[in-house]
Amino acid sequence: MSAAELVVDRVTLTAGARRLVADVSLTARPGEVIGLVGPNGSGKSSLLRAVYRVLRPDTGRVRVDGADAWSLPVRRLARTVAAVVQESGADLDLTAREVVAMGRTPHKRLLAGDTAEDAELIGAALDAVDGAGLADRPFDRLSGGERQRVLIARALAQQPALLVLDEPTNHLDIRHQLDVLGALRRLPATVLVALHDLNLAASYCDRLYVLCDGEVTACGPPAEVLTPRLLAEVYGVDAEVAVHPRTGAPQVTFLPGRPGTDAAPDLPAGRAVASAEPGGVGGLGLGR
Amino acid sequence: MTPPATRAPAAPAAARQEPAARTPDRRALPLTLLALTVLLLASVTAGLAIGSVRVPPGEVWGIVAHALGVDRSPPDWSRARETIVLDVRAPRVLLGAVTGAGLAVVGTALQALVRNPLAEPYLLGVSSGASLGAVAVLVFGVGVFGPLSLPAAAFAGALGALLLVYATARTGGRITSVRLVLSGVAVAAVLTALLDLLLLTTDRGNETRAVLAWTLGGLGGVDWGMLWLPGLALLLGIGVLLVQARNLNLLLAGEEAATTMGLDVARFRARMFVLVSLVTGVLVAAAGPIGFVGLMMPHIVRLFVGGDHRRVLPAAALGGAVFLVWADIAARTVAAPMEIPVGVLTALCGGPFFLWLMRRDARRGSEGGPA
Repeated sequence: MSAAELVVDRVTLTAGARRLVADVSLTARPGEVIGLVGPNGSGKSSLLRAVYRVLRPDTGRVRVDGADAWSLPVRRLARTVAAVVQESGADLDLTAREVVAMGRTPHKRLLAGDTAEDAELIGAALDAVDGAGLADRPFDRLSGGERQRVLIARALAQQPALLVLDEPTNHLDIRHQLDVLGALRRLPATVLVALHDLNLAASYCDRLYVLCDGEVTACGPPAEVLTPRLLAEVYGVDAEVAVHPRTGAPQVTFLPGRPGTDAAPDLPAGRAVASAEPGGVGGLGLGR
Repeated sequence: MTPPATRAPAAPAAARQEPAARTPDRRALPLTLLALTVLLLASVTAGLAIGSVRVPPGEVWGIVAHALGVDRSPPDWSRARETIVLDVRAPRVLLGAVTGAGLAVVGTALQALVRNPLAEPYLLGVSSGASLGAVAVLVFGVGVFGPLSLPAAAFAGALGALLLVYATARTGGRITSVRLVLSGVAVAAVLTALLDLLLLTTDRGNETRAVLAWTLGGLGGVDWGMLWLPGLALLLGIGVLLVQARNLNLLLAGEEAATTMGLDVARFRARMFVLVSLVTGVLVAAAGPIGFVGLMMPHIVRLFVGGDHRRVLPAAALGGAVFLVWADIAARTVAAPMEIPVGVLTALCGGPFFLWLMRRDARRGSEGGPA
């Protein structure tokens, strides 16, 4: 298993007449951890869907190690790209271990049984998310956070060269948020992860892409991207950014109220940020 | 400030030491399959022995062994009994076993394909579609494919009904239990009404009664010649589904997740729908629409072997066979000499089971789920 290069080249996505993502380009070099941030409804999930081959781009290309993801057979792509999606499965009595074992499917012939190597990979994947104790428990009886960790383990068992995660820290308590993101950092794979929490994104990602209204507003190392001016423009919040003395990562503190406390809508860049994005108004969109 | 590095990570790990609710043991599957096979053999023996003329089990085995050419010693039973066991009861019992196994397997597959634990050929209107197809052939007497016309029409009807229910139940990529069951009920109601209309307006009055009895599901009046097609359909169904078991598992994870694990969901589902309709159509053509076997068996079996389809499919097949053999024994003995359609009995068991399942799902839905 090695790390793959991901190139999203001027991708536009639509759902019916609605434009989800417009002309977005993104590059992840092998081994990088790329964070995708932005308000609710900014197109993060849609862009990820185009990468893991569920939402077909209207224009533009998604390339994994140079190959067009959308012209590869689904199964071939699944040997390279794994994903943790925001969707719950049916309740049909699988144990956590059996859910993780699904991740081995793209590497198996249809009638092949699970080998000792598979069992080892499944165990290692569970260990990586502190999930060894969950292995034999029924998946549908786990808590939201435990399920999320099992789903991440499933993606790890797939041995991806590119791992795509849609808000993997949802439902996790703070300790497991740190554990999971730490595990992602240690992976030999390239990682593309959508995150709500800007401070986590700043601490764990090599570079960030900020999406707003389906377009890339900024990209670069966290320290360059996370500025009070950008946070005001994209999220419509007042925030201070400092460098954390221990980690060296930028640290965002949100302040009560809106930027320009007179509630006058003439914001810095003049874009109708707050009003056009109901989910992104104030701090309400962040915690859900 | 609180430096995060000083956290002690020991406590949460210890808190995980809850007893596992259920651990499907690897050894449990062979044991379960063995137990079910023994049970099936015993059930078939009972099916051959029990009836208006009782034949002792030992004699049943003697007759069967003799017929198979295993035992060449001269028979010490009457010809009449041999006829009863071999020509009257055996085809009927075997059709029951084949139909039960087939319906259970089809139900298992449908529950994964539409990602809903309440899915089942009868409840989804698939059986009604098959019935309508078959009855149309009987009433209009069209036989394009000769003796295969009946199953062929049943297959077409089943596929049509399944696609219709699936299309109406699906909104925005999701199928909720409520919509699925309502679509199934509505489609089944319309198809059954059409079927009744056909029967009432046909001038072949003497056939109507026979067809009506068939629409309630029954295994009576079967001869050896009618067995090969359902048997073939069952083998095809189990074979293909076992090969696809890993992919059926993937569907449990959700459609998007299944795609990311290498399954072309739309194509796979279309193919499996055709297979499921084919098996259902052939079985309904032979035995009439028998409900709830396909609903109950997968759930009961999952309690013992877990949800992995590589385990569920063979166990459900054996369980379904056992269940329907016994249901048929009951159907012909409970009100003897009158015979109750076996579909009536399976509905008597299945209806309450369905309600229990619905309540269980509602409970799970309210306690689980994202916080």
